[in-house]
Amino acid sequence: MNYYGVVMTSTRTDYLWIAAFAVLVAFAIPWFLWGDATVAAGLPVWLWWHVGWMALASVAFYAFTRRAWDRGVDAEVIRRG
Amino acid sequence: MVEPGVSLGIVAGYLLIALAVGLVAYRLTDGDAEDYYLASRSVGTVVLLFTTFATLLSAFTFFGGPNLAFSAGPEWILVMGLMDGILFAILWYVIGYKQWLVGKAHGYVTLGEMLGDRFDSTALRGLVAGVSLLWLFPYVMLQQIGAGQALVGLSGGAVPYWAGAALITVFMVAYVGLSGLRGVAWTDTLQGVFMLGVLWLAVAWVASAAGGVAALTAGMTGANPEFGSLGGGLYSPQWMIAQAVVIAFGVAAFPQVNQRFFMADRAETLKRSFALWPVLVLLLFVPAFLLGSWAVGLGIRVPDGSNVLPVLLNEYTPAWFAALVVAGAMAAMMSSSDSMLLSGSSYFTRDLYRPFVAPDAGDAREGWVARVGVAVFAAATFLASLLVGGGGGLDVLVTLGSTAFGGYAQLTLPLLLALYWSGTTRPGMIGGVATAEAAYLAHVFVPALPEAYLTWDFALWCMLLSLVVTVAVSAVTTAAPEANAAKFGVGAD
Repeated sequence: MNYYGVVMTSTRTDYLWIAAFAVLVAFAIPWFLWGDATVAAGLPVWLWWHVGWMALASVAFYAFTRRAWDRGVDAEVIRRG
Repeated sequence: MVEPGVSLGIVAGYLLIALAVGLVAYRLTDGDAEDYYLASRSVGTVVLLFTTFATLLSAFTFFGGPNLAFSAGPEWILVMGLMDGILFAILWYVIGYKQWLVGKAHGYVTLGEMLGDRFDSTALRGLVAGVSLLWLFPYVMLQQIGAGQALVGLSGGAVPYWAGAALITVFMVAYVGLSGLRGVAWTDTLQGVFMLGVLWLAVAWVASAAGGVAALTAGMTGANPEFGSLGGGLYSPQWMIAQAVVIAFGVAAFPQVNQRFFMADRAETLKRSFALWPVLVLLLFVPAFLLGSWAVGLGIRVPDGSNVLPVLLNEYTPAWFAALVVAGAMAAMMSSSDSMLLSGSSYFTRDLYRPFVAPDAGDAREGWVARVGVAVFAAATFLASLLVGGGGGLDVLVTLGSTAFGGYAQLTLPLLLALYWSGTTRPGMIGGVATAEAAYLAHVFVPALPEAYLTWDFALWCMLLSLVVTVAVSAVTTAAPEANAAKFGVGAD
């Protein structure tokens, strides 16, 4: 709930986005591949993970801009002044 | 080595193009401060993305980063991904978008101005500007030192160090002074596109000369098996996390980056940049750092004081191409410094000169002081960079410059609290920022203090201190006037 007493349409959606961002942060470095030296298609597997993860993050961020932008920053209140 | 004349010709060509772009931008500039510093909040997606990017990491992408990957392995790519691809992108929304909304509604141009208004405090405004300039001044110096040295190397010693640094300073002052942010943003965009293109060309060239990507990787792991496996050596989980967190949070409060949050023309621009951020990180850093690491397997020897990327390219690509990359890197140092000069000047004129020296200065006067400020700031950093190494005690400044990211990171958590927590108070902010900065400076300069506590870098602990002190002092003091908090959408309820 913000200052003007407007309840966000869905707090659960907020939490889902926070969870999604947390997962993006947590596995940006593939901890489960720690010490792994497997090479696939000329590059270490952990580097391929990085390529895929950045692409996934970009898609997730794009989805956020389409469906959840303005959440959590009190945008309406600031615009109203 | 290519003829010094050709290399210098390439550099001179770049400088003239930058100056021409500045002149075109100048024709579009009107006198007032908002236009000079923020291009009247009219910057679109491509320009905003590239200007932030070029400003952020230019010289590091060509020199420092590949050197690190050469000596310690390519895992720095993952640190960059976490730092700039994910964490900074999230801060781009959480801090950047909110600052943009608030800045647009109330006309803020600098971070200090925004926080000063939120807490109705000229002291806080001055503190934020003062702290920012403390870290900015030596960081600009480092760029001038780097560019001066690059010119010495490029010309084979024909251009002395002082002349190289002076030439670059004069050019920067000319086009920053003339055209303000519009000129800086446009040259940065050219620069960013140029950097991306050159790096991928370099990868293609080296890969085809050395038998392909798989052969390069096999050579690398053959020469140093640890480079192929994730982690090991310098790379511990604590170190990687600390680097990514401290630098990402530091970047968000770096004046020339933070000020870019106020620049966007509309929300759509911020949205597109937000989604493109990880892709750009991928495109720029993977080739740069892989080249550095691959060089290990190619038996590249890097002489003291040189950088791995130019040495590698001299070996595997035509000499003119290697010269082009070095010229590009040098120009990149300029594109970092020009933005910093402009932001430093705006922090000085708006947050220190105007409130403390000349409260009734008009917009025209401020615009004029801003331009003089750019020239004075650049001249002062130039003089200081000439004197460094002369044993005059100025080496302190080099230490300050190389620890600047951590210094800015101490501002970011109090800033987040100010943006989102209605309970934040003026004494809380001043106390949090001052305590954390003091603790951080003590750790930078007092050798007796440890580098890490419980295996975690001291910069992270100082950030924690900034959070704890801001919250604790805010909890026991009276909140800011409700009207000012409401401007930020956070009520003092």
